[in-house]
Amino acid sequence: MAGIVAFGGYIPWSRLERKAIKEAQGESGLPGAKAVANFDEDTLTMAVAAALDCASGLDTSRFDGVYFAGTTSPFGEKLVAPTLAGVLDMPANCRTMDILGSLRAGSSALLAALDAARQGQQMLVAVSDSRMGRVGGLNELLFGDGAAAFLLGNENVIAEILDYESMSVDFYDNWRLAESRFVETWEERFWYSQGYGRFPLEVGKKAMQKAGLKAEDFAKVVIYGMKAKDHLSLAAKLGFRPEQVADNLIDVIGNTGSACGPLALIRVLETAKPGDKVLWITYGDGSDAIVLQVTEAIHDLPPRRGVGGYVEGPVHPITYGKYLRWRNLLPWEAPRRPPLVRPSLPDRTRNLGKILALRGSRCRVCKTPHFPPQRVCVHCQAIDQMEEYSFKGRGARLVTYTLDGLAFSPDPPVALTVIDFEGGGRLVCQATDYEADELSIGLELDLTFRRLFAAEGLPVYFWKTIPRRRL
Amino acid sequence: MAGSIKDKVAIVGMGCTRFGERWDAGLDDLIVEAVSDCTATSGIEIKDVEAFWFGSFTSSTTGALPFSLTMKTFFKPVTRVENMCATGTDAFRNACYAVASGAYDLVMAIGAEKLKDSGYSGLETPMPHADRTTLEPSAPARFAFLAPAYAHKYQLSMDHLKTVMARIAWKNHHNGALNPKAQYQQEVSMETIRKSPMVAYPLSIMDSSGVADGATCALICRVEDAHKYNKNPVYVKAVAIAAGSGFGERHQDYDYTTVLETHFAAQAAYQEAGIRNPREAISLAEVHDCFTITELVNYEDLMLSPRGKGWRDVESGFYELGGGLPVNPDGGLKSFGHPVGATGLRMLYEAYLQLRGEAGKRQINNPRLALTHNLGGQPSYAVASVCIVGNQRG
Repeated sequence: MAGIVAFGGYIPWSRLERKAIKEAQGESGLPGAKAVANFDEDTLTMAVAAALDCASGLDTSRFDGVYFAGTTSPFGEKLVAPTLAGVLDMPANCRTMDILGSLRAGSSALLAALDAARQGQQMLVAVSDSRMGRVGGLNELLFGDGAAAFLLGNENVIAEILDYESMSVDFYDNWRLAESRFVETWEERFWYSQGYGRFPLEVGKKAMQKAGLKAEDFAKVVIYGMKAKDHLSLAAKLGFRPEQVADNLIDVIGNTGSACGPLALIRVLETAKPGDKVLWITYGDGSDAIVLQVTEAIHDLPPRRGVGGYVEGPVHPITYGKYLRWRNLLPWEAPRRPPLVRPSLPDRTRNLGKILALRGSRCRVCKTPHFPPQRVCVHCQAIDQMEEYSFKGRGARLVTYTLDGLAFSPDPPVALTVIDFEGGGRLVCQATDYEADELSIGLELDLTFRRLFAAEGLPVYFWKTIPRRRL
Repeated sequence: MAGSIKDKVAIVGMGCTRFGERWDAGLDDLIVEAVSDCTATSGIEIKDVEAFWFGSFTSSTTGALPFSLTMKTFFKPVTRVENMCATGTDAFRNACYAVASGAYDLVMAIGAEKLKDSGYSGLETPMPHADRTTLEPSAPARFAFLAPAYAHKYQLSMDHLKTVMARIAWKNHHNGALNPKAQYQQEVSMETIRKSPMVAYPLSIMDSSGVADGATCALICRVEDAHKYNKNPVYVKAVAIAAGSGFGERHQDYDYTTVLETHFAAQAAYQEAGIRNPREAISLAEVHDCFTITELVNYEDLMLSPRGKGWRDVESGFYELGGGLPVNPDGGLKSFGHPVGATGLRMLYEAYLQLRGEAGKRQINNPRLALTHNLGGQPSYAVASVCIVGNQRG
C-alpha cells in the first residue's frame, strides 16, 4: 500500500522568546518562543534543508518528482520545486509543481503525491512556511518558521495511508493579498465557531468512518491549531483522550503555518511503533483528514535529524531588534558601500550544477578535486582531463576564517570561511548559524543552502558553511 | 631565464604628489602635479618623452585617454596598464622593456588614482558579470585569513600576534611622520593601535592601510644614456611579476601563512639581480603593507626573515628605520596612503630618493640596493611584483 516512505524536518536554530517581543514593545511577557529563519533563509532554503534531511540515505536519482508547498513562496512567478530537484540531483524528467496559498497546502500536496505514489512513483513533498504578522499583533507572537518533507511511494513504506477525507470551503479566516507581507486575521469568535470548530471535525469523523476505526484504535491524533491548545477541544469532541493528542510544538517553535501539522506528524512518526495508527487533520480553506498506519519498515529508515533533532538540539536566542532587522521591518541605514550587483543569469545557467548540486570536477591525471569545476588542473595543469565530482554531503574542516565587518549584511559581521573537504578540494564561502566564539581552525563543518542576497529583484542562492551539530 | 633587465635601463627622474584625501584635486590635477614634480626636479621636458605607460586601477574611464587628454601628449603612444595593486609597477615594468628593446630612448611610467570621490568607504572593486556565488570579501577580510592561520601554525596567541601587528603599524606611522608627502604624518601610539575597532577579525582599523588619492611617475632610459639626463641615475636590477593560478583557493596544500606569488616573484627578481642573500644584500625594502599581517608574511615570502620567524624580527626592531633592514621607510601603504595604481611607483619613488641620498629625516645610511614589492588580489590568488633597483652598476 502507498504511503510515506521517509520524512525530514528543518527548524531554524534561532529562537525569539515571546517575552522578548512583548517586553521590547513595553508590555508584559507571554510564554513560549518562535523559531526564526535567519536573514539568509526563506521558504526555499528551509525546504531544501528538509528535503535533504528526508532524502538521507536514499537514492534521489530514483525520485520521480517534487512538490513544494506553503503560503510564502519567495516568488510570485517562478517555481521553487525545480530548485529542490536540482539540489537533490533528481532526473531532468521529474515532475515539479508548487502548491501554494493555503495553510492546508502541505496535506493537499501530500495527497497529490499519494495519487502518483499509488501508480508506483516516488514523489517528494516539501512544505515550508515563514509567515509574518504585523508588529504588535498576536500573529507576530505566534508565527514561527520551519519546513517538513515527506517522500511518498509504494515500496518501503513506513506509514501506509489507509484512508483520507477532504473538504473545501471558500472561507476567510486568515488571508494575505499578494501585495502584502502580513497575514490578516478575522475576529476569532466567528471563525473558531464557524470554520476551525467545524471542518476538522467533519473530515475527521468521515475519515474514521471510512477506515472503520474509532478514536481508541489510534495511537495519536495530530490536529492543526492556531495556538498551542486550540486543538484539544476538537480532539475531545472526536473522542480522543488527552494522552492521544499530539503537541503542535507552537510554544516551542511557533505556529509554522502549513508546516505546522506536517512537523507535528513527523514528531509523532519519530517515536511511533509498527502498527500504530495516526489520524492527521489539517485546516485551511477547508480540511484534510488522513489515516496512517506505521509499518515495520520504520525500523529500517536511515538516520536523519527529523524534527526531534531540531527541537532537542541547540538553539540560539535572538533579540527582538535582530528580528526586526532580519525581516527589514525598520527603515535601515544603508552601508557606505557600493550597491549590490545582480547576478548574470546566463552565467548562472551555465553553472547550475555547481550552484545547486555542488558539482565540481576531478583531474583524471592527478586526481585533484576542484570546486568550482575547472577545465585546467590547478595541480598538474592538464587541460580538459576532468571528470565530474560531487562535493555534496562531504564533510569539511575549517582552514582559516575572518569576520568581515565591511561586507553588507543584515547580521554583521559576516563570517567567511576557507574549508577543506574530506577527500580533497577547497571552498571559500560564508558561514552561517555560528556562535561568535565557535569558529576555530579545524572545526568540523557542513554546508547549508542559503540566500546570499538579492539585487535588483534577483536572489542568489548558494551554499554556506555551518558548524556540524549532529545529535 | 634567457636574459635579464639588470643594468640595462635606469630611472632618470621621478615625481610624486602628496598622497591623501585630496578633496582639492581631480585625477587630472594629480597627473599634472606628479608630472610637474618630475620635470621640475629632473629638468627633463615632457615633450622629450616618446611613449607613456599609464597605470590606473579604477579611476576615470578605461583606456589611455584620461592621461593623454590631461597632458595633451600630441598623438604619442600611451598604454593603460591595470594589474590590481601591482598596476604602477607593471606600468614601470613595461616601460623598462620598451626602452630596453631600443624602440624608444626615453619613456614615462605613471600611476594615478582618484578614489575618494566615490562616496564609499574602503576600496571599491568592479564586479564582473557572474553568477555571484563566488565570495567577494572586503579587502581587509581577504587578508585577515592570514592571521588565524599564521597564529595557529606558529603557535602564537592571537593577542601576541596582534601586538606584533601593532608594532608594524606603529613603525610605519613613525616613518610616515617624517614624510611630507604622506597621507598620515603623525605617530600613533601602540595603545591607540591596539584599541582601534575591528574591521575584519582579527584586523582592526589600525591594521589597515588608508585608501588615498595620488600619482607618481618615473622617467626611464637606457643605462648608456642615463648620465645625459641625470648625474645620479638609479639602475634597474630586476622587475618580476608573478600571477597566481588559484592554487591556494583550490588546493589543500596551501595553508594561508604565505602568499605564493610574492615568493615566486621574489625568487625571479633575486635571480635576475644576482642576489643570493637578500637579508644581507638589500639596504631597504618597500613592501605591500595593505594590512599589518600582510607585511609580516611579506618578510618571510621575500626571504628577508626565516619562515615563521618574521614576528621575531618585528620584536627586535630589525625592520625599523635604525634597524638592520628598514622596511617602508616612507611610511608604506599604511601611512603614505594607498592610491592603488600609483602605489608601486610611489615605492620606487622612495627607493629613488633613498638611493640618491634625498630622503631627508628618514635617510638611510649609505644604501646600495632597494626592493619594492606589490601584492594585488588576496592571499590565495594574487598578482605580486618585486623590483630591485640600485645606485651602482654591477
